[in-house]
Order: sequence, then structure tokens, then C-alpha cells
Amino acid sequence: MITHDVIIVGSGLAGMRCAVEIRRKAPQADIAIVSKIYPTRSHSGAAQGGIAAPLGNVRYDENQMPVPDSEENPQDNWQIHMYDTVKGADFIGDQDAIEILCREAAPTIYELEHMGVPFSRLPDGRIAQRPFGGHANPRACYAADRTGHALLHTLYGELVRYDIKVYPESYMLGLVVEDNICRGITVMDIRTGQIETIQAKATMFGTGGYGRAFKITSNAFSSTGDGITAAYRVGLPLEDMEFVQFHPTGLFSHGILLSEGARGEGGYLLNGLGERFMTRYAPGRMELAPRDVVSRAIYAEIEAGRGAGPNADYVLLDLRHLGKKKLDERLPQITELARDYLGIDPVTEPVPIQPTAHYSMGGIPTDADGRVVTTIDGQDTVIVGFFAAGECACASVHGANRLGTNSLLEATVFGRRTGQTIANFLLGEARDGRGLAPMPAYALKQAEDEVAELLSRRGSENHADIRKELQATMFGNAGVFRQPDKLTQQLGIINDLRERFQRISLDDRGRKYNTELVDVLELSHLLEFSECIVAGALAREESRGAHARRDFPKRDDAKWMKHTLAFRGADGRPQLTYKPVRYGPEGPRFQPEERKY
Amino acid sequence: MEVRFRVHRFDPEVDVTPRYQVYTVDVEGDMTVLDALHQIKWYQDGTVTFRRSCRSAICGSCGMLINGRNRLACNTRVGDLNSPEVSVSPLPGFPVLRDLVVDWDPFFAKDAAMMPYLINDTPAPQKERRQSPEEYEQIDNATLCIMCGCCSSACPIVWSNGEYYGPAALTRLYRFVFDTRDTATQERLALAGSEEGAWRCHTIFNCTTDCPKGVLNTQNIQALKRKVMLKNLGFGGTRIAFELPPPKPKPLSDATAAAHGDYGAGHHRH
Ligand SMILES: Cc1cc2nc3c(=O)[nH]c(=O)nc-3n(C[C@H](O)[C@H](O)[C@H](O)COP(=O)(O)OP(=O)(O)OC[C@H]3O[C@@H](n4cnc5c(N)ncnc54)[C@H](O)[C@@H]3O)c2cc1C
Ligand code: SF4
Ligand code: SF4
Ligand code: FES
Repeated sequence: MITHDVIIVGSGLAGMRCAVEIRRKAPQADIAIVSKIYPTRSHSGAAQGGIAAPLGNVRYDENQMPVPDSEENPQDNWQIHMYDTVKGADFIGDQDAIEILCREAAPTIYELEHMGVPFSRLPDGRIAQRPFGGHANPRACYAADRTGHALLHTLYGELVRYDIKVYPESYMLGLVVEDNICRGITVMDIRTGQIETIQAKATMFGTGGYGRAFKITSNAFSSTGDGITAAYRVGLPLEDMEFVQFHPTGLFSHGILLSEGARGEGGYLLNGLGERFMTRYAPGRMELAPRDVVSRAIYAEIEAGRGAGPNADYVLLDLRHLGKKKLDERLPQITELARDYLGIDPVTEPVPIQPTAHYSMGGIPTDADGRVVTTIDGQDTVIVGFFAAGECACASVHGANRLGTNSLLEATVFGRRTGQTIANFLLGEARDGRGLAPMPAYALKQAEDEVAELLSRRGSENHADIRKELQATMFGNAGVFRQPDKLTQQLGIINDLRERFQRISLDDRGRKYNTELVDVLELSHLLEFSECIVAGALAREESRGAHARRDFPKRDDAKWMKHTLAFRGADGRPQLTYKPVRYGPEGPRFQPEERKY
Repeated sequence: MEVRFRVHRFDPEVDVTPRYQVYTVDVEGDMTVLDALHQIKWYQDGTVTFRRSCRSAICGSCGMLINGRNRLACNTRVGDLNSPEVSVSPLPGFPVLRDLVVDWDPFFAKDAAMMPYLINDTPAPQKERRQSPEEYEQIDNATLCIMCGCCSSACPIVWSNGEYYGPAALTRLYRFVFDTRDTATQERLALAGSEEGAWRCHTIFNCTTDCPKGVLNTQNIQALKRKVMLKNLGFGGTRIAFELPPPKPKPLSDATAAAHGDYGAGHHRH
């Protein structure tokens, strides 16, 4: 058994920012990070468009064109940012957490800048900002169109500066919680196949999202919701899993993202007839309406037979009018992606796009300080020593729909806050080794048995087929638009796939660097949490944010202004309960209103 | 179109020496080498082992030697290779753990030795440290690096001398030396000028040719050499005529430094 004061799972923005904060606040603490890939390979690096903060460095002129603002009189502030976020979330976001997100945004960006993030600049040397969907002001701070990469590498540098221990290529197999106290985790060193338990006073998850449940996705192969499933498997609830964001502009048939920055810089969407169809759906904000609105508009066009291409099954992102110079300067990565993957040059041709599964609004429920909470008899109860932040967590700052650029911000703000909470926990409650709860003996055995059992399966099913079928059917039946018959059908499909999963067989029975085993472990997670997405979507009889029901096209605040919680029942099926939306002590700052753009 | 893939195989639990195994894949459309490797792994032979994550050329996991050049498997279209047979091997010069998987520890250790974080010993302002677009321009290209290792693995000096920092680490060093916000220039130049630093580079350009992100490694290393030389000659912050760029607006960092009353930061200028 390995012992640390803190074990952090995940080395994306959330995990790394948390580690750095603990080091700063509790320098004596023994911190280690476990990550199934090298820190710099984490998915945060793929983020393109920007990170939000109401710095007010740029404002709109009367023609809605972004221009640098004067220093003295910024047009933006955290209250406007908060309003945009609450409205973007379709009013189901927890306003206490959203307030924190927006209040801390500007200091967070300045702090990142001081760490060395190479932000793009205005002529006067201030951080440049660009417009993004659903934000009333241009508030996306960016590093060309590789913002996530710039942030991830900068934070990786901080890990090196503080000499924080990392176990790279180590796969967290399971979480150990007993009597509502978290004891640590079980891990497998991918290189050697060795399985260990790691006991810690504090365990933090920054394990990222679950976009890989869908066929067309912008997410990396590693975004398989492992942390989310691990929490679910030990009896913790998952919150709001039905809210899955589909980003409007994925490269057609690949899903690889073309940043919203492209529309922020002035890119248009065109249907097969060459019309700028957003006039029909969001005349006020056009292409810069929030993602749920734009994604549905694209589907509506395709369904009306106005798609582009031989099968009329995509629409076009037109960037030609921006010109080569601007494209090379502001959007070099996406220009390259279109060229490399579709052989299309955005300078001369519009790019085929389709909505792509992008962001997981749901996840492990936490309070606004990163503590994981479960709900027992309607009461929120903290799981002692267990924390989560970033995309795997649901402090519910995004509610039913996340605004672009708010999640890098979330990962950083809540990564840091969680680090603070953990530092305080270590210096307080968990002092002097008292916080080191015993690791139950069965934990190691359970992990070893799980792996040995998978390696010993000799069935006739191919796990890749199962994954492919899951992803295709999830995309078809639980995608942008939802209807009860398809969702019910999808529950049946998942059930079948889970049975077939019992009959898989691995070619690779070795222990060293067995990536087939990792694939299969990840697949077991996809099969498990996907059921929560579908069950939650079937139960939620309304349309809110990214969750669009054909049979209930309207939001229903009277019945559904509440968060879904999915617990794993005794039969392994999700059991749904609900909990209220959280506000600060003063109650809601913003009351629900119709969402128009 | 049927394409034969000659894949490097080595399983430390069984093999004494590496071998090659041939798989045939039906390649259509825009299929990438990574897609082909997945076809092999998922439908032909689950033991074929390689790394990947983002599949969009940003995470740096999938660098490998493909038909004689170091590339990212995920953004190399098989069709573009124009060849009925594609050979796929691990990055040369790295210790092989299994099949196409190499040991990254030495590579990351070199990066860590470069102090890959911003050092600024002046008090942090309330807001951002200003940096003009022109100043940013100097490091823009170097910040493209995704740590895929293609460059260092293509450098003959790295092959013959495992201690040489190599192009990726030196580009990282460049990124901070030329960042107007960093004040540790002297320490960094000491690294650049040290025995395993920039002077080992023989300007063979392999690193620049093979970088999938267009990082100008060779140029960066030359810039470090020039800077080290000027420093050694005592030209700390002075421009000399032969490298005078076209006139530019006054760099903002000077103004910022002046505002801090800190003229000692003059070694930023170049
Ligand atoms: C293509 C793309 C573009 C985006 N662009 C933007 C943008 O412009 N602005 C914005 O705000 N947001 C953007 N997002 C969203 C944002 O990037 C993510 O929400 C955010 O980076 C998530 O960070 P994270 O730290 O929570 O997780 P990640 O960065 O995904 O990190 C997850 C970590 O968990 C580890 N891990 C997972 N499972 C295990 C396991 N079983 N064992 C060990 N380790 C494990 C992984 O190794 C990894 O280190 C984008 C997302 C995508 C997909
Ligand atoms: S230019 Fe220098 S670093 Fe690059 S390959 Fe040649 S010798 Fe190596
Ligand atoms: S410089 Fe280029 S080749 Fe070298 S590690 Fe960075 S991205 Fe890869
Ligand atoms: S898979 Fe990320 S760079 Fe190729």
C-alpha cells in the first residue's frame, strides 16, 4: 500500500491547479497525482477558443464589432457574467457556485497570466478578448485557438516548479469509501500491470468528462468518465447526467472540434441553400447564440431537407470572408484541422460541420468548495475526505447548458478552491495522521480480482463492436433531440450490450502496458454511466438547455426546477431522486425568465 | 485500397528482440495512420500497443516513425503517404517499452531541467503584465510545442549523446528566455550555454523538418547561441547592427519595468 496525504486523480487543469494550491497553502503536505496519461496529454490541452473573464479589455461598438476598451471604464463586470451564465444554464445552475465562478474569474486570469500563460494581446499589451456564444460582452481570453494547450502546459510547469509527484500512466481502478469517509483509491500501473492501493487523508478527482459515450464527439479517447463511474459504483449519486452538451461545429463525420472562436471571429453558418439560417432561430445573437440553440437549429435545417452535401446531412461553416491573414493569425489550428482531416482549405471553401458531443454538464455532486456530497433522506451529506472539480464534478455552474469558455474557468477556479478546501482540511480536521482512515483489506483484492477476471474471459464478443454500437446508438437515441420511445429503446440496447460485455474476450493477456485491458475497463464505465444519461433524460419531461424533448418542447419550472440524482440501485440500475437548485444565503440573484436570444 | 502495415512489435514479457508484423488494412477516404492502427488493434490483433488520446494533433501522444519520418499517427492520412506499404516503428532513440510505446521519462526530465515555468522576481501587478503583440510574436511559435518528441528523436546528436538536451527542451528554454515577462534570463542562458546545451547542435535541421507543429527548433537554438555569445562578450542587453530588426514600436515591457522602477530587468531586451 502507498500512502500520501493527498491523492489527486487526473492531471488536467482541475487536478493540477488543485495540487499547486495545496502546495502553496499547506507546503508540508505530501501530495501525489495519478494520471492514466502523461500530464501534458490531458484533454484540457484540446480546448481551443478561450477562457472567460469580465476583464472588460474589449467591448462591442454600435455595429456589434469588438473593439479595445479604455482602461478606466470597463464595460463588463462579474454580475453581467453571472447573469449570462445563469441564463445560459437555463436557470437550473446553482447560483451560489456561479457567483463564485464569476467573482473569481478576473483574479484567476491575472494569476494565470502571472504564471506565464502566453495570452494573445491587444496593441496596448493587455490580454486580448473575443466574443463567445451567450456572453453579453467579448470576454474570452485566448491564446490564438490553442488556449487549453497554453494553460495546460503552463500548469504543468507549475507542477515542475513545485516538484509535485506524479504517477503517470497509472489507471485509477476504483474509489474506496466506507461510512461516508473516503479512504483512497486502487490503481494499476499501466507499465507494469502492478495493482496497488493508495491510502490518503484527502482524495480529489479531476478526471474529466464523458463525451466518449457518443459516436461523434470532440472528446479525446481518454474522456471516458472513469471518475464518475468510480463514484457511482461505491454508492454515490451522479447529478444531472442527462445534460450533455453538443457543440454545433464538429468537423463532419470526425467530430473534431472547430472552436466557437471561429464564430466569435465572424464565421457564419450556411445551409445547403446557402442561407444564413440562424436568422430563423436567434435573430438577436445569430451564430453567437448559446450552443444548445445553435445545435438544434442545425438539426432543424437538416430535418427540413436544407442540409448541405450529397446526403444533405451537414451544414457549412463559412470563414472565407475572414481572409487568410486573420485565419492564420487567430485560428491557425482549426485551419490546419480542416486541411488535415477533410482536405478542405477554409480560406477558399466552407467547411462541413455537424453537432458533436462535447461537454458533460453532469457529474459527481459537490458543494461550492469542491467537497463531494451525497444526499441521504433529502439531506446533503459530505463524504469526508473526498473532493472533485472540473468536468467530472457537478457544482452545477453550468446547469443545463454551459456557455463556451466557462469550463476552463471552472476547472481553474474550482481546482484552486478545492485545493484550498483540502489544505484547510489537512491543517484542521485531518491533522496529525488522525485523518488517515484505514484502508479496508478487501479493496486491493477486489481490484485485483476485477482485472484478473477480465483477463480470463474467453467469450465470442469483440469489445470494439460493443463500444461502437453503444456510441452509435447513444448518438442516435440520446443526442440533440430526445423522445421517449427512443430513450426506452436505448435502455434496452444498453442492457443487451452489458450482457454481451460479459462474453468478451481479450487478445492481450499480458500485464505490461496492456492497453487492450485499459480499453475494456473504460468500456465498462461507458456502459455503466450511459444508463444514467438515458434514464435521467427519459424521466425529465421538459426541455431545458441541452436536453430537448420533442414531446415536451417547453421548460417546466413548476415540476422540473430541480437536479436529477442517479444512485446505483441494488440491481445495478440507476434509481432517480431529485434535489433542489441551490442559491446563496440571500436567495436567487436571478429569477427564471424565458430564454430568448 | 489495401495497404500493408509493417508494425514494429516487441513484448518485453515474451520477446528477446523486436520483430515486424504485417497487417493488411482496407484504407478508404481520409483514414489516418491512427485509424489504421485502431482497425488492426480492434479487429485483427488486440495485442498491438500504441499511445493516443486526442486524435487531433494536440496532445502529443502518438509520435512515431512512419515511413522513415517522425510524425503524429493521428494527423497523417494514409493516402498522403502514397505507398502500398507503410512501416510503423517507435520513435528512434527512445527506450522501447512495448511495440510502439517508448519511455518518456528521460525526455520529460530534460524538459524539467529547463525550469519550464515563468520566473519573475518583480512584484506581481494587480492586473496583467503587459506584453505587446510584437513581444508575444517572439515566443508564439515556440509555444506551439506539444511535447510529442518527434524532433528530439530525429536529432542525430541526441542519438549519439544521451545527455544533450535536444531540440524540444531547448525550444522550451527559448520560450522563456525570449518571454519579456521572465527575469531568470541569466540562469537560463547559463543552461543554454552549458556543455549539453545549444552548442551541441550541429544545425542539421532534422528537428525542424520533422516537427508536426511547425516549431522552428533549429532557429530557436541558433537564437539561443547568439544570445549566449552576446552575453559572454558582455553585450547583455545591446542590439548589434547585423541583427537589427525593422524599427518597431517601443516594447511595452520597458514601460512596465520603468513603472516598477526596475531597470535591472534590461536584460530582457534583445
Ligand atoms: C475539443 C475541446 C475544446 C474545448 N474548448 C474549450 C474552450 O475553448 N473553453 C472552455 O472553457 N472549455 C473548452 N472545452 C472544455 C474544457 O476543455 C474541459 O471541460 C476541461 O479542460 C476539463 O478539464 P479537467 O481538468 O476537468 O479534465 P481533463 O483535462 O479532461 O483531465 C482529465 C484527467 O483525468 C485523468 N484520468 C481520467 N480517468 C482516469 C483514471 N481512470 N485513472 C487515472 N487518471 C484518469 C486523465 O489522465 C486526465 O489527466 C473544450 C473541450 C474540448 C473537448
Ligand atoms: S538542428 Fe540541432 S537539434 Fe535539430 S536535429 Fe540538427 S543538431 Fe539536432
Ligand atoms: S518541437 Fe515539435 S517535434 Fe519537438 S516536441 Fe515540440 S511539437 Fe514535437
Ligand atoms: S493522438 Fe494526440 S497528438 Fe495524436
